[in-house]
Formats: sequence, structure tokens, C-alpha cells
Amino acid sequence: MSFPWANHYAPKHPLMRWMDEKLPLPRLVYNAVGAGYPVPRNLNYMWNFGVLAGAALVIQIITGVVMAMHYAANAGVAFDSIEHTVRDVNAGWAMRYAHANGASMFFIVVYLHIFRGLYYGSYKAPREMVWLLGVVIFLLMMATAFMGYVLPWGQMSFWGAQVITGFFSAIPVVGEPIREWLLGGFAPDNAALNRFFSLHYLLPFVIAGVIILHIWALHIPGSSNPTGVEVKGPQDTVPFHPYYTAKDGFGLGVFLVIFSILMFFAPNALGHPDNYIPANPLSTPAHIVPEWYFWPFYAILRAFTFNFLWIPAKLWGVLAMFGAIALLFFLPWIDRSPVRSARYRPMYKWFFWVLVLDVFVLGLCGMKPPEGVWVLLGQLAAIYYFAHFLIILPIVSAIERPLPLPMSITASVLGEEPATTGQPA
Amino acid sequence: MTTLEQTETTGEGHDVRRRDFINIAAVSFAGVGAVAVVLPLVNQMNPSADVLALASIEVDISKIAPGQAIKTLWRKQPVFIRNLTPKEIAEANAVPLSELRDPQTLAERTTAGKENWLITLGVCTHLGCVPLGAGEGENRGPFGGYFCPCHGSAYDTAARIRKGPAPKNLQVPEHSFKSDTVVQIG
Repeated sequence: MSFPWANHYAPKHPLMRWMDEKLPLPRLVYNAVGAGYPVPRNLNYMWNFGVLAGAALVIQIITGVVMAMHYAANAGVAFDSIEHTVRDVNAGWAMRYAHANGASMFFIVVYLHIFRGLYYGSYKAPREMVWLLGVVIFLLMMATAFMGYVLPWGQMSFWGAQVITGFFSAIPVVGEPIREWLLGGFAPDNAALNRFFSLHYLLPFVIAGVIILHIWALHIPGSSNPTGVEVKGPQDTVPFHPYYTAKDGFGLGVFLVIFSILMFFAPNALGHPDNYIPANPLSTPAHIVPEWYFWPFYAILRAFTFNFLWIPAKLWGVLAMFGAIALLFFLPWIDRSPVRSARYRPMYKWFFWVLVLDVFVLGLCGMKPPEGVWVLLGQLAAIYYFAHFLIILPIVSAIERPLPLPMSITASVLGEEPATTGQPA
Repeated sequence: MTTLEQTETTGEGHDVRRRDFINIAAVSFAGVGAVAVVLPLVNQMNPSADVLALASIEVDISKIAPGQAIKTLWRKQPVFIRNLTPKEIAEANAVPLSELRDPQTLAERTTAGKENWLITLGVCTHLGCVPLGAGEGENRGPFGGYFCPCHGSAYDTAARIRKGPAPKNLQVPEHSFKSDTVVQIG
């Protein structure tokens, strides 16, 4: 599971030797994220975000467990119990805002982590399984975040639950029974709130489990790197500890500074004022909008304003939204280019940045009310999103002429002449 | 090692051993058991008895003047009860069915002899928002019925979808008139 030149775990203290015989947990940690894991020597700061996502999950679990100590999952008192936590519980405001903004920070680092993978081709063989497990984690995160947002039982919570569970009613014939089964009623109420709380508490631990698989799958081929050239020998790697624990530690500091600014100086900047109005099933807020991390997908959902073929617009929207994520599962087989890193892919590099721009445009359209220019812009951006994966990527990977790759990671670091051919390493 | 295990030879020459039978029987039994355990685990998610117990309500409609509407809650969902004016009824009947996305006449959506009482769920068939138009002074949209502020679906005076993304007319719940002034919904 590692390179032959990896450092070997050799406990010196008798207690650690005893421990290693009975339960080699320190050995596991040493080999997974310690000096026993050799990592390419040329990783840049984009490689910080996996560790930062892990840190964000730990923060969410700790603050979430604390929140659960003061929260009551009952439609009658849920809203008040959150206000009680913020106003009356000692440091409750800090826990609440750390948890709410922690979700945003989690998504920021995960989106950067995903786009890092897209730019440097981290999803390509032999790391397809790492990518697939990552998409699973992303889906679990979205489910967890949605259910967490419902728990305060404000207006946005309630109507978000109404709209999102409404997606299932778009399924022909069985849609409405599925929706009633999910909600445990005909509209979001106590039954739905309780089960969302139960699942919101469960899923982070499922995420933690899938993260272990994600890291396990990563450590079989070892980490990728900005050149996309595979490790060829001991000169290409350094031990994870202390080299990358230090580099990740610095990144963690920057992450925490930004997190603190958000949490202490603008704790409601990313929230929605309507969620400070208790849930009211008789009155819909004028403009229902999800949290920012769902905006691009919300824009794709709303892109279908017309029936197409024999499928109604509502079902198209739901299929397109889930399809936008399901597409990512096929990415390792859609992109046929043998070159991983966009550094050496002059055409792909441009289309990557156009995709980034496109996702930002989708996000903007998801935020705005579906009127005027935003409707058409959202439709065009949604078409481009699918075109990027289904049309552009296969064509680019077929016709692109990659730049010459370096002979090795070390050669690239030391600035030696690149190999004369564009063959993948 | 020779055992007392009996082997029988079938027509095709396969050996059927007692052990195979035991394996299949044990796995099948465990499978049936697993399904028996999963069923209640899945079924507990369905609406519970107390939720279903609220599935029918009686509403006093004696105070609703023509042109007015009230909102009430049925199955935790808003219900609009509207006393249509003769003009609104005429408007609804004047629309040719071919122009409708979800073709239904007003008569099909109301009780015979009580065509002025339009009873619908206040749940937009697009994504479940509550349309405006039941309350006093609310925007009734371009067709004089209901208007959903979320994504702009407009309903006519028979609460039929006329414009916007919603696929269906506002749903008419099962209802019956207990008397001239009391209607049972559900």
C-alpha cells in the first residue's frame, strides 16, 4: 500500500512496542498520515484542501454534538430551542454560528478540493476509485447540509424542505407516495423534523467512514501531484510528516483565520433573514432560495421552464439536477486524455477555466429570482455545463496535442529539460 | 474421508447433496427473515395514525361571502375555500378546454348544484409554495384566480393552471357537503 522506500514504523518506547503488538493503531496512523507515507515532493497549496475538509468535518461534528445537547427536534419548540441556544446557553451563540458557518467553510474547501482534482486530472487512472468515493462524500454532504438547514424550523427551513421533497413528487406514479413516505405526512411536520434530525446526526459519521475508504483508496497508488507524472523513485517523494503536516498546518491556520472572520464578524452574512421567522405552512416567503453551496444546482433545476419530448418540465429539472452530479461519476471514463495535469494540456486548461466561470454564472442564476435575463442565462449556463462533460471533454481529449511532460517529478522541480515526446509518464 | 452423506444422481448427472438443500434452505429462511425485519423499518417512515387521523375536517362556510375565500389547514396543508361570484363562474366556463394545460371544466372541479364553491389545496403544483389570492387584497394574478409568487404560476378562477411552470391545476381534495353551510374535506 506504499512505496518500498517508505519509512518503517519502529517504536522505541516499551509501552509503544507493547501497544504495537496488541493493537497497531499508532502504526496505522504512522503509515497513513505520518512519516511512513511518502508523498510527491512538489505538491502546491491546492493539495491542502483534503486535510482542510477533514478538519472542517471534525469541527462540524464537535459543534454539532454540542448543538444537539440544547436542541429539541419538535416542530413546536425547535425554533425556540435554537434561539435559546444562541441567547441563553453559555457560549451557545459561538457553537451555533461555528456550526452554521462551518458548513459553508466545509463546502468552500470541498469545492476547491474538487476543482483541484479537475484541473490536475486527479480523477484519472489509477485513482478513479478515489474520485468515485469523493463524489459519494459530496452527495452525503449535500444531504446532511440540507437536513441540517431544516432543523431550526424557520421559514426557509420549512419551505426548503417543502421544495426539496417536492422533487420526488416529479417522479411519475410513485413520486407522491415516496414523498409522503420521506416526510411521514402530507407536508413537512414533526415526523419529518425528527427523522431529519436523526439522519443529520447519523450522516456525518457515514461521511467519516467513506473518508477512510477515500484515503485508503488514495494510498494504494499514492497522492497525485501538479505535474501528473507518477512517482519514479525515492528522490521524488518526501515523508508526509513532517513535510506536509507542516504545510497543511500552515493552511489550517489560514483556514481558521478566514473561518473566524466569518463567524465573529459576519455570522449571518451567508444565511437568510427569512429563517429568523418561525415556520408557517400558510405563508410562503416571496423568494425561496437555498444556501449558496446549492445555487449552481438550483439553477440547473430551474433551467427547464418548458415540457420537452413527453417529459414534463418539472421532471426534466429534477433529472438534470441529479444528472449534473451523476455525470461526475463517469468523468474518469469521459476524459480519455492520457495526460493528467492541465499544465501540459493547452486546450483543456482553457475549457477548465470556462467551466469554473460557468459554475459561477450558474450560482448567480440560482441566487437570483427566476425572472428576466436570469432565466435565459441560467439555461445557457446549464447547457454549457452538460456540454463541457459530454461534448467538449471527449473532443478535446481526442484532438489536443499535449505539451512535453517532464522526465520525472524531480526533473520538473530542478528545472531540467523536459522529455522530447508528449508521452505520458 | 467417506461419510454417510447421501448423494442422488439427477437426470443431467449433477450430484444433489443434502448439504446443498441445507444451504439453500438456510439462506432462503434468513432472506425471508431479513425482509420481515426490513418491512417494519421501512413502514415506520409512512404517515402515522395520528397524522392520518387528521385526514378529514369539517369547515363552516356560512360566513364566506361571494368573491371571498378562506384558508384552512387540512393534513397540515393549506386549503382554499372560495365562494365564486357569477362573473368568475362565467369567466371559468368561457375558456375553451383546448387552451388548458390540464383540461378540466369548472363543473368537474366542483360539486353539482354548488358550482360556486371552489375547494382546492393551496399548494402550487410546481414545487409546493402557497399561491396568493385567497386572502383579502392579495395578488390574484393575470387570470383572476391565484398567483404563486415563487416561480410565477398563474391560476384562473377555477384554479386551473394557465401560465408559468406548474404542470397541473390546483388539486381538488375529496370533499362533500354535510349541509348547506358545512363541508367535509377528506
